[in-house]
Amino acid sequence: MSAMLLNKEKWPDFVEKLAGKTIWAPQGEEAEMRFAPVTEGEAPALEYGNTRVPPKQAVFPQTETMFRFQLGGEELEIPKLEEEAVLLGVRPCDARSMAIVDNLFSWDENDPYYFKHRELLTLVGLTCTEPGLNCFCTSVGGGPASKEGLDLLMTDLGDQYLLEAITEKGEALLKAAGEVLEDAGDEQIKEKERLTEEAAANIKRNVNPDGIPEGLPGLWEDPLWQRVSASCLGCGTCTYLCPTCHCFDIQDEVEGFSARRCRTWDSCMFNEYTMHTSGHNPRPSRRERTRNRINHKYSYYVDKFDVIACVGCGRCINLCPVNIDIVDILRQVKEAL
Amino acid sequence: MKTNENPYIPYYATVEDTWFETGGERAIKTFKVVFDDEEVRKNWNHRPGQCAMIGILGVGESMISISCSPTEGDFLRFSVMRMGKVTQALHQLEAGDKMTVRGPYGNSFPLEEWEGKHVITIGGGIGQAPMRPVVEYVKANYQKYDGLTMIYGARTSGDLCFKGEFEAMAQNEDLSCHLTIDIEEEQWDHNVGFVPQVLLDVKPSPDNTIAVTCGPPIMIRFVLENLKKLGFEDDQIYTTLENRMKCGIGKCGRCNAGNMYVCKDGPVFNYAALKEIPEAFS
Repeated sequence: MSAMLLNKEKWPDFVEKLAGKTIWAPQGEEAEMRFAPVTEGEAPALEYGNTRVPPKQAVFPQTETMFRFQLGGEELEIPKLEEEAVLLGVRPCDARSMAIVDNLFSWDENDPYYFKHRELLTLVGLTCTEPGLNCFCTSVGGGPASKEGLDLLMTDLGDQYLLEAITEKGEALLKAAGEVLEDAGDEQIKEKERLTEEAAANIKRNVNPDGIPEGLPGLWEDPLWQRVSASCLGCGTCTYLCPTCHCFDIQDEVEGFSARRCRTWDSCMFNEYTMHTSGHNPRPSRRERTRNRINHKYSYYVDKFDVIACVGCGRCINLCPVNIDIVDILRQVKEAL
Repeated sequence: MKTNENPYIPYYATVEDTWFETGGERAIKTFKVVFDDEEVRKNWNHRPGQCAMIGILGVGESMISISCSPTEGDFLRFSVMRMGKVTQALHQLEAGDKMTVRGPYGNSFPLEEWEGKHVITIGGGIGQAPMRPVVEYVKANYQKYDGLTMIYGARTSGDLCFKGEFEAMAQNEDLSCHLTIDIEEEQWDHNVGFVPQVLLDVKPSPDNTIAVTCGPPIMIRFVLENLKKLGFEDDQIYTTLENRMKCGIGKCGRCNAGNMYVCKDGPVFNYAALKEIPEAFS
């Protein structure tokens, strides 16, 4: 796979070469940054920490129409997904989350919507050179320049970007850019490695997950679950904005005689999530829901797919309104083991 | 319509016959349905214990036990308690109306493994719905099994499902059928008392026997306790769980009990495995 250089001045030319594909890039004010399609001529803003809303919305939209129909009719119209897209400036943790969630959406049978989006999408990553306060990717198998899930990785070297192809899709993108790019040399690769090491050293939060997946089920009745969930408001932010959270609800929406069946993000932190129609709820309080959230990410998912369903992006810590901190929870788990 | 590529697209099925099993606010209505598409009908292949997502377009879907055995014919049966939005709407359906069906989902009772053994089903209330296909399957293949015992109870005689079928069963020598209601009623000449107690009174031998149970959680708890008292080993006992579900194919996330998805790893669980799952009886 090749490595190329893009002079920052040539950025508009590079973007132009992606014509025909919808380009998604981080947009909005810092507090509410999310990936959204870039309007023509606009330069994507890549000077950012991490988006508030993870790019999972490109493959797993917050609301997705599964099919449309007319009440009383039998014809089901399945939306055709055919728009190719490029996600520019994805943080390696977020790209890794897609590789992790692929396991679930392909478990025994493929989720057709998710994989159609995946197939149409090229993921262009951006090496983290300045990790955030609550980043802990290096604790859970990731890193500032992790390539997992990415097609192409960009690294900001000051005046230029180093572009490293990771997959055929990434290679194709470099080829399409053609003369806009120059060949990269060892010097630039070394500089990238230096920046990555420096960034990794700047990640201040960490927890060693060894022993957690096997140990968690044994802590079922441990008082720690009461402790760590006592302040939870059940707002669901930790799961909505988690790049690996993939739970959804399915609902029918009717307007006049036109209707659609759609799926929407859901959260295991909500009471209604597991409540039976009888009113019985197998997870009646936030203690059980928090316990499930941590078990799901750090134990059940490991059982099923051999990987932790957390990439250490820090969103759930940064955005929790009552400062519930997953690293802190994991440390308490370790102590209780 | 062919749906192999998209597991979320349902098949259409027409209600051939429907009747009420019980009355009242939470009535149970049974639907006998047949797939509209002949190919779907031919290819559909469910096993006792499996479930299906049934629904009405514009309202939604619910996961319901398939309450017939494939040995009964090319149709499906669902016994649905009127509980929420979808089941309310399903209750409006009459013969000739359409519902949507997708599935079959989940694992099933390992009936081939049980060949040569005696099978005892212990059901309570609507929990008899997943027991019924086991009963029907064993009846249809009774020469392969060492007999069948059925224990079934409900609060009152009016709350018992599948009543019409029990009399015929009582006349079959290979079957032993024990009905019970919680409270004494006039003209009731079967047992009176809770299902777990009737189980103790019937006193089945654990030798070469498999016990299957489904019902309200409190009933299951005491049935398990009493089966142990009777000398049953954990791996001789099976039950079937339910949880809220949306997709049926292990994607939507909500039906897990511990690390098991009820829709895929269940709904049928052997008690030896189930008792290791901390959330199983929550």
